[in-house]
Amino acid sequence: MSEVQSPKSEVPGRHFRAEKFDFWSFFFSGLTGLATLFILGILATILINIIANGWPGFSWHFVSTTPKKDFFDIHTTGVFPMIVGTTFRVLVMTIFVIPVGVITAIYLTEYAPSNSLITRIIRAAVNNLAGVPSIVFGLFGLGFFINFIGKNLDVLLHNANAVWGQPALVWASLTLAVMTVPVVIVATEESLKAIPPGLREASLALGATKLETILKIVLPQALPGIMTGGILAVSRAAGEVAPILFTGVAYYMASLPTHLSDQFMDLGYHVFVLSTQSPNIEQTRPILYATVLVLLLLTFALNIVAIIIRSNIRRKMRSLH
Amino acid sequence: MAEISMPKLEVAAAKPTLSPAGPFIQIESLSLFYGTSKALKNISVSLGEKVVTAFIGPSGCGKSTLLRCLNRMNDLIDSVHIEGAIKIGGHDIYGPEVDVIELRKRVGMVFQKSNPFPKSIYENVAYGLRLHGLKNKSELDAAVEKSLQQSALWDEVKDRLHASALGLSGGQQQRLCIARAIAIRPEIILMDEPASALDPIATAHIEELILELKKDFTIVIVTHNMQQAARISDFTAFFYLGELIEYDTTAKIFTNPAKKQTEDYVTGRFG
Repeated sequence: MSEVQSPKSEVPGRHFRAEKFDFWSFFFSGLTGLATLFILGILATILINIIANGWPGFSWHFVSTTPKKDFFDIHTTGVFPMIVGTTFRVLVMTIFVIPVGVITAIYLTEYAPSNSLITRIIRAAVNNLAGVPSIVFGLFGLGFFINFIGKNLDVLLHNANAVWGQPALVWASLTLAVMTVPVVIVATEESLKAIPPGLREASLALGATKLETILKIVLPQALPGIMTGGILAVSRAAGEVAPILFTGVAYYMASLPTHLSDQFMDLGYHVFVLSTQSPNIEQTRPILYATVLVLLLLTFALNIVAIIIRSNIRRKMRSLH
Repeated sequence: MAEISMPKLEVAAAKPTLSPAGPFIQIESLSLFYGTSKALKNISVSLGEKVVTAFIGPSGCGKSTLLRCLNRMNDLIDSVHIEGAIKIGGHDIYGPEVDVIELRKRVGMVFQKSNPFPKSIYENVAYGLRLHGLKNKSELDAAVEKSLQQSALWDEVKDRLHASALGLSGGQQQRLCIARAIAIRPEIILMDEPASALDPIATAHIEELILELKKDFTIVIVTHNMQQAARISDFTAFFYLGELIEYDTTAKIFTNPAKKQTEDYVTGRFG
């Protein structure tokens, strides 16, 4: 330690810092700093703008009131059913997307022969799925889930009126699940790859089957990574409007959704409604801002819940009892 | 250090015959291929029961690969295929009716890098027992204690059985892995350079343990450390470039080897 603290007396001739002013290194370090500041600046501008403009309209009354069909009066309107709708569709999506994504990731990392043609095709498909515009998912959901699966389900169940063959919470959630499944797959795969191969070998060498090894050793280790995938999927899905446009969202519902085949109101879609359907823009603006603020807070809250669960799992894994 | 580098050969010299009951593990004309490259070339050797057999040789000579044939861990690598046969207790372990799970219960393994599960000390040892259907709490407790005692770890961990295994030192982790392996009472324990990542004192612990364990288990150990092979093994097999060059009692291999290559290697002239 003492040698490190007094290097100049020991080695008088050595200098580790460049003596001369280096223009290019100054320029590039400045550039990276500016770019970071720029991004932070944009984020801060958006947040400040939303909070400053949304705060006046934001109240307990606003978040707890179910509005009448006329949303455009700040004194009577509220976003309670939209909060419920958005929360439901995200939760139902999570129930679908986590198992499908995790099982796919397990297949790709633990079972599929690495770098075989089929594995590469699946990976390419997953990557391409992540690049498809969200409105395309909306149309896919309408065509596949509602018109194909839903309508046929109604025929099979002998429903006189369309129950499943129409926009519904479950179809919107499934459409969102299809959209976000690549996120879960990639996050799970990364966490599975990070598990030391020695742990799998140790388990197998004790006479565990591959399935036992995956269930008892691999998956518990991968849980925080899977949660991260879930968090990313929730963040992405909570604000998306295009995929639910044709598959489940309603302009107005008199009651809350109680069944998977019900339609629902949604915060993101409500923002769109407020900004395009209002007879008086000035009067609607505070409602619009407050709704956006609620959407941000809801996304934030869903993330916080998931992050708390994840850190609990991590702590349990570290202390173990 | 001086003590550790001095081979104690009298232990090995006391055992001239393979084992009282004759050969226990018979490797017959075994060749192993990684894809098209031949990693083991026509190896035939018989190993005794309840003795320590050391596999020595320079890196890449195939000794670890051969070790991993004995519990079929090589099955996990797609490109591997083998010719020839390995018999344990007279039964071909590559036969069509062999249950690999059952085989690995009988042939345990300790790896080069200690790999305790990220679970508690107790759960690490109980893992294999639970896998094979032991549920009774008091039986589990007894088996865990016995295994930890046999692996000379009990006194150090008995007060923190439910603490994470990852909090143990490197040497303790490796002894825990040994405890985990012996908990399911295998007949054979394979050790793949079990002390190569440990300091001299932890290494000495492991070596004492191996000498203790051979009363109950047949041990096959791969090692890079010639003194270690001399200290702990009864028989030594020297491999070079995928071939078995010489196999004899450890005393013979280290004092009067038949082959020039063996002599060059054990005296440190190459490898």
